[in-house]
Amino acid sequence: MIVFLIKRLANAVLVMLAVALMAFMIFRFAGDPVELMANEQMSQADRLELREKLGLNDPFVTQYVRFVVNAAQGDFGISYRNGQDVMTLIAERFPATIELALVATALSLLIGIPLGVLTAIHRGRWYSEGLQFVSIIGVSLPSFVVGILLILVFAVSLGLVPAFGRGDVVQIGWWSTGLLTASGRASLLLPSFALALYQITLVMRLVRAEMMEVLRSDFVKFARARGVPRWRINFRHALRNCLMPVVTMTAMNVGSLIAFALITETVFQWPGMGMLFIQAVTFLDIPVMAGYLCIVSFIFVTLNTLVDIAYAVIDPRLRDATR
Amino acid sequence: MTDQAQETPSTAKIGRLARWRQSDLWWSFTRSPSAIAGALILTLLILAALAAPLISPQNPFDPAQLDLWNSELPPIWQADGQWPFILGTDTQGRDMLSAILYGSRISILIGVCSVILSLTVGLSLGLVAGYFGGIVDNVLMRIGDVLLSIPTILIAILVSAVARQMLPPELRDVGSAAVLVLAITLSAWVQYARTVRAQTIVERGKEYVQAARLLKTPARRIMLNHILPNTLTPIMVAATLNFGMAILTEATLSFLGIGMPPSQPSLGTLIRLGNQFLFSGVWWVVLFPVLQLCLLVVSVNLLGDWLRDALNPKLR
Repeated sequence: MIVFLIKRLANAVLVMLAVALMAFMIFRFAGDPVELMANEQMSQADRLELREKLGLNDPFVTQYVRFVVNAAQGDFGISYRNGQDVMTLIAERFPATIELALVATALSLLIGIPLGVLTAIHRGRWYSEGLQFVSIIGVSLPSFVVGILLILVFAVSLGLVPAFGRGDVVQIGWWSTGLLTASGRASLLLPSFALALYQITLVMRLVRAEMMEVLRSDFVKFARARGVPRWRINFRHALRNCLMPVVTMTAMNVGSLIAFALITETVFQWPGMGMLFIQAVTFLDIPVMAGYLCIVSFIFVTLNTLVDIAYAVIDPRLRDATR
Repeated sequence: MTDQAQETPSTAKIGRLARWRQSDLWWSFTRSPSAIAGALILTLLILAALAAPLISPQNPFDPAQLDLWNSELPPIWQADGQWPFILGTDTQGRDMLSAILYGSRISILIGVCSVILSLTVGLSLGLVAGYFGGIVDNVLMRIGDVLLSIPTILIAILVSAVARQMLPPELRDVGSAAVLVLAITLSAWVQYARTVRAQTIVERGKEYVQAARLLKTPARRIMLNHILPNTLTPIMVAATLNFGMAILTEATLSFLGIGMPPSQPSLGTLIRLGNQFLFSGVWWVVLFPVLQLCLLVVSVNLLGDWLRDALNPKLR
């Protein structure tokens, strides 16, 4: 078990180092930092001095190691665009994105699981087939299209909910939340649903497939023979046996939801770190891009590693199966 | 079999068609309404996109044909609609139908190119890694692991942003299609490589490959002629679904403003441009490109879904 743990953690660290290398390469290839930071009046001597001060004359490896050491301490330098500390910029917007992703995750479970159960136990009825078809459309729709359509219908035509921004937020320590105010909750509605739709269809299809398998198993037949009520079989006996893969997939997908939130955030002008990243990309503000890439990948890798380790704790067979 | 090979080319073709019509795949195709619908819609959309210069009322790239008097006309079934602007016009007087047809052309072209490129890269790397194993395999799969541990959309965004920055300014507009193909390929090849590698390792151990090796068949020939055909079934499914994904990724990048420029709008660019007028009541400039994109991707996915089930031996 300890060997497995060490191996898994080493793998995660290696991946993070590779991500840091990628982030660092962007620094090297996309434009000269001195040119991007310097203003017109700067003399050639000043430029050379700035170059020396930034350590750009050091060998590649030294620069990379320095980048990794700084990044591990949360120091990604200062933004080229407005000169602010990158970590502060990201930290300010972090709660907005996390809140969006977590609400979307909750929505996907609350809507996806019942729909999956429904389509599995009423297979062949018109509404299950209809839902199955709708789920293909749900997988095919890009999230920005879902966002635009939702805005068109619910914000522009019906005027029910706000179409952009976060509404009023409440500050709790360094965390800002929109869940405690009415306008915050109303603004959260459309973006979280737009982000969740893909996940809802995934959960629904997974639950449906698992349920159909479990419903064929002997213990369900036995429960039926004993005369256990239908709903009890479906929701107590069968559903419980389907939830493990659903929980795994959900946990692993929180990371991609955070990444994909950048599209939803752009559509809804949601002040999260995804929007910060897209703005940084259009202005080629490389420290912000690198910082965002490292942080999102860190969340992604951490979640995957935790899920793997949790699985190994639950199921000892998996410990040997890993290389 | 032998007399079939000696037939003239034209009858051999008919023979192939007849054989195709007797295959399991065709049988399951004719019995799947969603696959037929998907294939029909996709064929129509591709034909319309190819024939865009012939059938569209206007060339949306030619400024001489744009007339500001015709700007913001609603679709033809509304009170102010005007012939020939069936789906209305945008704020510059550009006919939406023409823009959409030309836009689909670019979207489909980028989708096809990136599927072909990522297939080529993924298949060859997967074959080599699976066949030779060892260090090559290890290095390639580690690179794949790293790429898979970052969300694909991030890779595509970063590659597209950085690659465009490296192009000289005068080439940026022209080169953006190539940059997009590169970005999508870099985020998509791993899936093919992994699938092919797994299948290659299985096939490598089988007798026919050992026999070929005993006969001193060159490794290249074994890989291409013996192993590759046996890995193609799962690849066909992945390629179809990836075509849809590629179109979506392109649209997303263009929507975010790091894809096709407004001078050569793809569907994603059209949606981005239209999105700015979402609140001014000009709904048709955003809704129609959105519908076209959805139709395109849904039809590809319907085909892909059917293909996955039809080629799955467990479901037969």
